[in-house]
Amino acid sequence: MGLRKNRPAEGAPVARRTMLTMLGAGAVALATAPWLQEGWEKALGAASQKDPTGLTGVLPNPGGFRYYSVVGSVPRRDETDYALRIDGLVDRPTTYTLEDLRALRQTRIVHDVLCTDGWRVENTPFEGVRLSDLLEAAGVRPEGRALRFTCFDGVYTESLTLAQARRSDMLVALRMQDEPITHEHGGPVRLYAAPMYFYKSAKWLSGISVTDKVVPGYWEEYGYDIDGWLDGEDRDGDGPAA
Amino acid sequence: MTSTDGSTARTATATAPRPERSGRVRRFSRAERLVHRATGWLMLLCVGTAACLYLAPLAQLVGRRHLLVTVHEWSGVLLPLPFLLGLASPAFRTDLRRLNRFAAYDREWLRAVRRRLTEPRARPAGKFNAGQKIYAGWIAGAVLVMMATGLLMWFTGVLPTISRTSAIFVHDVLAWGIAAVLIGHMRRAYRDPEARLGMRTGFVGRDWARTRHRHWTPEDPQDARGPDPGDAGRAR
Repeated sequence: MGLRKNRPAEGAPVARRTMLTMLGAGAVALATAPWLQEGWEKALGAASQKDPTGLTGVLPNPGGFRYYSVVGSVPRRDETDYALRIDGLVDRPTTYTLEDLRALRQTRIVHDVLCTDGWRVENTPFEGVRLSDLLEAAGVRPEGRALRFTCFDGVYTESLTLAQARRSDMLVALRMQDEPITHEHGGPVRLYAAPMYFYKSAKWLSGISVTDKVVPGYWEEYGYDIDGWLDGEDRDGDGPAA
Repeated sequence: MTSTDGSTARTATATAPRPERSGRVRRFSRAERLVHRATGWLMLLCVGTAACLYLAPLAQLVGRRHLLVTVHEWSGVLLPLPFLLGLASPAFRTDLRRLNRFAAYDREWLRAVRRRLTEPRARPAGKFNAGQKIYAGWIAGAVLVMMATGLLMWFTGVLPTISRTSAIFVHDVLAWGIAAVLIGHMRRAYRDPEARLGMRTGFVGRDWARTRHRHWTPEDPQDARGPDPGDAGRAR
């Protein structure tokens, strides 16, 4: 009784076809992603112009920053308690307050920000003190070869070679998009390594130490490139002329 | 299994005759329920960590990016494992065949959905209805695409012809599709306690099975005990 009904139906294998269709669609999407993405970003860019909800910010490739932190919570620092310490192989170890940094010569760079996770923010202005100015003031000793950056989240670290750090497009940034850098974006002070992927631009910067060799940073310990150059950057240059 | 059956039988005699509760039929074996449960937990882990990595407010709340990335990667990679282990179970394989094949009444079910007919009579189904069949195929394909694009992001440079950006784009877009479909899946389950009970205990009410899955007759003689003797003449 009911045996006939019980046997799995001998009809078309619709579920299998659905699955294979998904696989095919995935392959086609991968192959055409560069074009799809361009169209998508255009549409989204137009939409986000008039989006009071901010909902477009969570859609893929939103043309906006995303929040990354490697720790659970990050202490907040402001004028009253922020300090940037420059030490290591230098003649004059120095500690700067936020006010000290603001009093130094400010440089503004407009550059595209690219994350290794695929999001980008085009033509983003950053403003702050050139790393090379701070290094000059501290007096790098002859055996100094590289820089190690530490952060007041207590965990994150980054690195640059001395030659990279002396480029004109490496900033200790105080302002982003012409506003003071907010806590979420790594404020009050973050690194901005314009010609490199954004993970090189350490947030919540609290220390710069001159070392005799490159010490890989946080993500670099997990396999990221130590030199996070963006495609098309002039790797051997001094950065754009001032 | 028998203990569950026994206890429900006891309850049935104790609380007396709501006729539709008088019989329970076996819907899923233990292996099948384990596959579903393990897949469900892995999926929740995968989706939950994805949300914490991707949505700014959650990311700011949780942080701990490296830990989340690790959990996300491994829960994603392990997602097909319960399915593969389940293939050792004959009951699971039989149900996969059932999910795969479309009968004439499945097309009728889809027509009823298009015409927004909701009463069970208008939506004939075997052990699985057409929606469940399509869902199964879709989510299987979607998970494989997510896994492929995820591995491309994880092991950068394995296929140099595909840029990491492309893999990320497909991964991100499909993630939203999966989120929507999973919400639909859970909403269906939320609205149908008997279906949930079937997935939790392995047994469903005979009457529920007759109305919602009328082209399915539970075959396990020990649990199903065959249709009631007086059932033959009933019009359905």
